[in-house]
Amino acid sequence: MMNEALKTRITELLATATFDETGEWLNISIDSTQWLTFAQQLRNDDNLLFDYLFCLTCIDNKTNLTMVYHLTSTKYRHNIVIRSSLNTDNPEIESVASIWKTANFHEREVYELFGVNFLNHPDLRLLILPDGWEGKYPLRKNFEDPVNMIKL
Amino acid sequence: MFEEIGTTTEGDLIINVGPQHPATHGVLHLVITLNGETIKKVEPHLGYIHRSIEKMCESLTYRQFIYVTSRMDYLSAHINNQACALVVEKGMQIEVPERAKVIRVLMAELTRIASHELWWGAMAMDIGAFTPFFHAFRERETINDIMEETCGARLTMNYMVPGGVMQELHSDFQKKVKEFIKLFKLKIHEYEELLTGNIIFQNRMKAVGILSKADAISFGCTGPVARGSGVSCDIRKIYPYDAYDKVQFDEVIETAGDSLARYMVRLKELHQSISIIEQLIDNIPEGDFQAKTKAVLKLPKGEFYQRVETARGEFGVYIVSEGGTTPHRIKFRSPGFSNLSALDHMARGSKLGDLVAMMGTLDLVIPDIDR
Repeated sequence: MMNEALKTRITELLATATFDETGEWLNISIDSTQWLTFAQQLRNDDNLLFDYLFCLTCIDNKTNLTMVYHLTSTKYRHNIVIRSSLNTDNPEIESVASIWKTANFHEREVYELFGVNFLNHPDLRLLILPDGWEGKYPLRKNFEDPVNMIKL
Repeated sequence: MFEEIGTTTEGDLIINVGPQHPATHGVLHLVITLNGETIKKVEPHLGYIHRSIEKMCESLTYRQFIYVTSRMDYLSAHINNQACALVVEKGMQIEVPERAKVIRVLMAELTRIASHELWWGAMAMDIGAFTPFFHAFRERETINDIMEETCGARLTMNYMVPGGVMQELHSDFQKKVKEFIKLFKLKIHEYEELLTGNIIFQNRMKAVGILSKADAISFGCTGPVARGSGVSCDIRKIYPYDAYDKVQFDEVIETAGDSLARYMVRLKELHQSISIIEQLIDNIPEGDFQAKTKAVLKLPKGEFYQRVETARGEFGVYIVSEGGTTPHRIKFRSPGFSNLSALDHMARGSKLGDLVAMMGTLDLVIPDIDR
């Protein structure tokens, strides 16, 4: 599907979604509370079939955190990017590990490096960092480690 | 059924494989829950070689950050560099000379052959066949010599730069690559004869570690792992970059989804890579090897994503730029990380001895997983 058709179909599913077409792919911003139902629709809708989550990450914008999900359909070969802004003090969003299994590891990575709490994640534990690291989030902009980090 | 055997009960045996174990080829730590010899759960513990390359790149310029990426998937160093060069070129709209595009593809395919050779030797050694390792390294050495002449390094090459490649090819490059292809074509049948048809090998690989097509997509598996399960996912075909739209090659797909299928995909890919090199080696266009670029590179405000096909699968570079000389955020989507996440699912219910065959055919490179 081309961007226009995608926009029409997605507006039907979620009226509050906002679009940005300046990038390579269609960017869709949504409210974090709507994510789980919307994700299920993206995955299962016959015209969309976004079955492959190829990148899941987070961006620290200092004032807020933004979750970014890159999705593609192995059947139709169309791509979209979903963005959702989270509060820095208490970042929470529904886990999508039940929809795309790859999200399990990727969300654990974002959890430890950014401190985003994924609700209803099957196994939210540290994956990369050593035990006892909780509470410090290395990929946030305000992270300081004078011993191990050399400022260039 | 899998949920049932996923829980620990009394009498279960928990063993640690790694972080220093010959079969993990790097510092991968697996905590395995066993019932007798049957695997109930495999839990990877990562981070032993985590260098936080993403954080490091936030303070490196767009010329500097490329060099760090050779240290992630060190067996696909050229292809990692290529992805980074491509994403900067995409952001700055740099037109790359045709010569540079062809050189990049040649280097990428030589890298792929070298990587698959190392995988073939190491995987065979894991499951108990020692000889293939020597056969694979005999040919791989020739590629390392070719790389050394042109790039100055044998493993962590840094040859691709935004705008093209760093320097002109060595004058012997074409001659040596042709010699290598001639030699390789004489030797490649040995691989099949030595291992593929061997009945012991077949029994170790067939119906071991089955991954269905739907699961392969859901777990985000890419590269030979997904293609062994019947998923068409070759980025070179679907979203061609550099000179891949100018060459003819087949995407190798097997449908069995077991370890033998993943093995066959990689062996057949060797033939495809040879074919790509043969098509290009006599047709390297004349011209510049690098586009003229400014000394200081600045990406415009925005987001840029580039995906390429490394020897292990889809490698993605995601850059968020605020218009400066360094990225605001950079994310490397590494193929190994997603491929590893499928290991637990594949291994549940099989015997411990088969785990080595599964890990071998996943072709894990630990610095690529940890980053």
